[in-house]
Amino acid sequence: MGNIKLELKEKIIEQLNLEDMTVDEIADKDPLFGEGLGLDSIDALELIVMLDKDYGIKLADPKEGKKIFESIETMAAYITEHGKK
Amino acid sequence: MKKVYINGVGSISTQRTFDNKAFLEEVIVYEDNVITVVDPNYKDYIPPAAARRMAKGIKMGMVASKIALADSGLENVDAVITGTGLGCTIDSEKFLGKLIDNKEEYLTPTSFIQSTHNTVAGQIALGLGCKGYNFTYVHASISFESALLDALSQLQNDEENNILIGGIDESGEQTIKIHKLIHHVKKEAVKSTELLNSGTEGAIFSEGANFFVLSNKKQQNSYAEIIATETFNTLSKENLPLAITSFLKENKMDIADIDTLILGNNGDISYDPYYHILSEGSFKNTQQLYYKHLCGEFFTATSFGFWLASKLLKTQTVPEVVKLNDLNNNGIGTVLLYNQYRGENHSFTLFQKC
Repeated sequence: MGNIKLELKEKIIEQLNLEDMTVDEIADKDPLFGEGLGLDSIDALELIVMLDKDYGIKLADPKEGKKIFESIETMAAYITEHGKK
Repeated sequence: MKKVYINGVGSISTQRTFDNKAFLEEVIVYEDNVITVVDPNYKDYIPPAAARRMAKGIKMGMVASKIALADSGLENVDAVITGTGLGCTIDSEKFLGKLIDNKEEYLTPTSFIQSTHNTVAGQIALGLGCKGYNFTYVHASISFESALLDALSQLQNDEENNILIGGIDESGEQTIKIHKLIHHVKKEAVKSTELLNSGTEGAIFSEGANFFVLSNKKQQNSYAEIIATETFNTLSKENLPLAITSFLKENKMDIADIDTLILGNNGDISYDPYYHILSEGSFKNTQQLYYKHLCGEFFTATSFGFWLASKLLKTQTVPEVVKLNDLNNNGIGTVLLYNQYRGENHSFTLFQKC
């Protein structure tokens, strides 16, 4: 799961153009939205597409997203359990 | 009708024009067929969180508009009007590229949202909190002039008092490739100082963002008064001198009243003859300047000519690098800017010292 966390941090930095950020600056438990990384609703859509494209996970229920995208840790756990790629 | 003044300028170009204290004292000479802007430190103007979704054209427009606004001494404007020939091509290319690469699946919204032509004007208004008139003209090589016409009309009729106008175009990789394929870009690299002697077809392609605060109130630091502007989609070489004299006559002037003529020569052997008709004909005794060897060619390049006219009239100095002939004036009172691109979309803009 450690590898997935690092991979996720790299993907988030690249796909969301967080130019000034490094993987070391994102803690596993940091909130991705709000006070943490400060991501917004457009980023949420980017993350949903990323889960589908890179891990074969289709989120049918948008409410699910709120829990999954809480932090890198919750995302990695969900991918480990449900990932198909 | 109220008079209209240029009260602030901001320019991002292939020269270091973002520094308003300078006026082409140091010029960058290029030898290429596509050139890109000298980037200011965008982070000095745009917070990183806001900048992360912005492609180059949006950043250029945002920064040029901020520089112009600061130069005018205003904190906000009544309206934002921009012109762009091709819009946000980098994001358009990114979106279309993903569409092809991902076989029409997995499309994300960011580049699509940012790819609209009105993105720059919209972002500027969001940044300023300007809820007034917001419009973008996409009229090929008279896009900037169309924005200018709109602003002039509103300011002359006292519908608004201060309007931010600008011309923006960015170089997208695929867009440049297409323009190379259709030979609108020169095949060979040309030294910018030798542009007018290249003797070949096409132009040196480029990009830029030039913004201006126009107002119907004169300020102590105003650059110039804009007398009028007029555009023609089609105009033959034979009819060009007559069209110019008619334009001047409508503004109660004739050729002898023009101190300085600024021409848009871009070194394209097929279309520079339009400029030769004037420089070798009715304006042969007028001081002539050119600028596309400095900023390259793009659909809103006349906004750089507009910047040049503004600076000339305010500083009353003519940088050697822009001189097309050796004639000089005892002061510059009236400037005429003429442009066309590939024989179409002609524009005349008349300025006066204020």
